[in-house]
Amino acid sequence: MFNYSFRWNQALNSLPDMLQGALVTMEIAILSMVIGIALAIALTLFRLSGNRFLGAIAVTWVEIARNTPALFQIYMVHFGLGGFGVHLSPYLSLLIGIAFNNAGYLAENFRGALKAIPETQTRAARSLGMTPLQAFRNVVMPQMLRISFLPMTNQMVWAILMTSLGAVVAMNTDLYGVTSELNARTFRTFELFAIAAVIFYVITKIITLSARLLAARLFRY
Amino acid sequence: MIEIENVHKSFGALKVLKGINLTVAKGEVLTVIGGSGSGKSTLLTCINGLEPIDSGRILVDGVEVHAKATDLNRLRQKIGIVFQQWNAFPHLTVLENVMLAQVKVLKRSKQQAEAEAVKQLNHVGLGDKLAVYPSRLSGGQQQRMAIARALAMSPDYMLFDEVTSALDPQLVGEVLDTLRMLASEGMTMICVTHEMKFAREVSDRVAFFHKGIMAEIAPPEELFGAPKDPELQKFLFATH
Amino acid sequence: MFDTALTTKDLIFLAQGAGMTLVVTAISVFFGTILGIIFGVFRYQVGPWWAAPLTFVLDVFRSIPLLIQLVLANAFITTVLGIRISGFAIACGVLSLYTAAYCAEIVRGGIEAVPQTLRRAARSLGMTWGQDMTSIVLPLATRVALPSWIGLALGVMKDSALVYIVQVVELLKSTQILITRLQEPLFLLMICGLFYFLISFPIARFGSYLEKRWSND
Repeated sequence: MFNYSFRWNQALNSLPDMLQGALVTMEIAILSMVIGIALAIALTLFRLSGNRFLGAIAVTWVEIARNTPALFQIYMVHFGLGGFGVHLSPYLSLLIGIAFNNAGYLAENFRGALKAIPETQTRAARSLGMTPLQAFRNVVMPQMLRISFLPMTNQMVWAILMTSLGAVVAMNTDLYGVTSELNARTFRTFELFAIAAVIFYVITKIITLSARLLAARLFRY
Repeated sequence: MIEIENVHKSFGALKVLKGINLTVAKGEVLTVIGGSGSGKSTLLTCINGLEPIDSGRILVDGVEVHAKATDLNRLRQKIGIVFQQWNAFPHLTVLENVMLAQVKVLKRSKQQAEAEAVKQLNHVGLGDKLAVYPSRLSGGQQQRMAIARALAMSPDYMLFDEVTSALDPQLVGEVLDTLRMLASEGMTMICVTHEMKFAREVSDRVAFFHKGIMAEIAPPEELFGAPKDPELQKFLFATH
Repeated sequence: MFDTALTTKDLIFLAQGAGMTLVVTAISVFFGTILGIIFGVFRYQVGPWWAAPLTFVLDVFRSIPLLIQLVLANAFITTVLGIRISGFAIACGVLSLYTAAYCAEIVRGGIEAVPQTLRRAARSLGMTWGQDMTSIVLPLATRVALPSWIGLALGVMKDSALVYIVQVVELLKSTQILITRLQEPLFLLMICGLFYFLISFPIARFGSYLEKRWSND
C-alpha cells in the first residue's frame, strides 16, 4: 500500500531520549507560567494604579504580546537582543519569549476577571482599614485567580505547545528539539514526529485533567 | 464624637448634600430616615472617607476626615461600616472573613484575631457557622457576619447603611435584633434605615433628610409624634 | 533617516513574504471556516455521543503543536504516500484543518447560545429546520461567534509564521533571511512586527467593539 517501510522499532528506541526532552518541555512550560502569572499580576497592578506611565507599559506589553506571533516574540528576544550584543542561550530565549507571551495573554484574562468582581468588595476591604494593596492581595486577587483558572489552564497548554517554537533558536533539549535532532540523524521523520505528537497529546490531556481535579479541590466554595 | 460641619457634596451636577450640620455624641444612637436620593447614604460614606466632600468638615474625635494629612486607614479602624450589600469575601470562611482585617490592619496575632472573631460571631449568633463559606449562608446571616466583621475591629463608632433593605422580609428581624443589642450595649451608632418601628424604639435621636438637607432632627417621640417639617409630615404619612 | 543597507529589492522581498502570509491566512481561514461550520453544526445536531469520534479528532488538532502537525503532514504525504505536493498546499491544508478544529467549537458555542425558546417559536410558526437555521439561528449565533471568530482568524495569521517549516517563505522567514544577510536584526524585526501589529491590532479592537455592542443588546 505505502511505498514506504515504517521502521517503528528504530523510532521507539529513541523513546527514552524523547521522554527526557518531554521533561525539559514541561520544565520550560511550568517556569514560563510561573513567571508569566507573576508578571501578569504586576501588569494588572500597573493598570489599577492609575499611574499613566505604568498603565501605558501594561497596555503596550499586552497589545504587543497578543498582536504579534509568538515565534516573532521569541525571535525578538534571541536575535533582537543579539543585535544589542546580549547573547542568550536557546533555553533562556525560549523561556523569556514564552513568558512574555504568557504575561500578555494572562494580564488580559485577569482584566476580564476583575470586571466580574464587584467594586464593593474593595470598598468593604478599604472600610475595614486595609490599604489598596492589602485589599487587592487578600480580597480581590484570590477571586481574580479563581475566575481566571480555566483561561490559565488553556494558557498552560499553549505554553507547552509553544515550546516547539524553540526550533528557530536551535533549541535541542526539549521534546521537539530532541525529535528534530533524531530526525536529522535517522531521517525517520514520520515515525519520530508521530511519537512526539502522541507524547504532546498525552501531556496536554494530563494537564487539562489535573487542572479540573485541582479546581474541584481548591474552589469548594 | 463625630462632628459634621456645613458639608456640601455633589456627584457631578447633582447636589447631594447641601450644608449638613450634625454632631453625634459618644454612646448616642442616631437613626437617619428619608426618601431615596435624600443624601443619607452618601453622608455615611463621607464620614469614613470613602467619598470626598466639596466643602465643610467632618471630624471624628477631633481628626478631620478629609484632611490630606489624615491616615484614612487608621481612621477606618475606629469607624465600622456595614453596607446594604453585605460584601462577604466569598473565598474565605466566615471565621476567616472576620479575622482577615484584624490580622492585616490591626496586626493582631492569629490567635488573638481568632479569639476576637469567635467572640463577635457568637455575639451576633453565628457561633455555629465558623467554618462555613458565605455562599452557604442566608442574606440575614451574611449581614450579621458583616456586622461581626466590623465589630471585630473594635471600632468606636458603627455606621449602618440600610442594612436590612436587601433582605427578605423574614430575615430582617434577626439583623434588627443584633442592632438593638448593640445599641443597648452603648455603641455609638448612626443607622440609615427605612424601618420606622426600629427607629422609634432604638434611637436617641432621629434625623430626617430631604433632598440633601437635614430638615428635622429630634428624639423619636417628638419627631414621630409631632413632626414640624411639612416634608417630614408627608413622608410619615406616606410610610404608614 | 535610518542608516541601513536595505535596498528596494529587499523591501520587495519582504513585501512578497507579507503577501504570502496574507494569502496563506486567507485561504486557510476561508476553507477552515466552511469546514468548521459544517463540523460545528454536525456536532450540535448529532449530540455529544455520536459526534465523539469527530470531537476526538478535532481535539487532537488543538493538542499538538502546529509545527509538528505541519512536519507530520509533510512527511506523511511526501514520504509515506509518495505524493509530490508543494509546501504551500500542505501549509494551507494543515492550517485549514487547524482552523476548522477551533472554528467548530466556536460555531457550536454560537448555536448553543441561541435560546431554545426562540427556535421553538419559529418551528411552531411552521418554519422548516432549514428556515429556522438561516433566519433565526444564523444571525443570533453569528453575533455570539463573530468576535471569537475574528480572534481565531487573527490567530491563524500569527500562526502562519510557522509554515516556514514546509518551505513556504512567508514574512517572518523572509525577515530572517534578510537578517542573516544584512545583520540588522532589530531594525528588520521591527518592520516585521509592525506589519503583524498594524493588521492585528485594529481588527482585534474592532472585534472587541462588536462584542461590547452586541452583548448590551
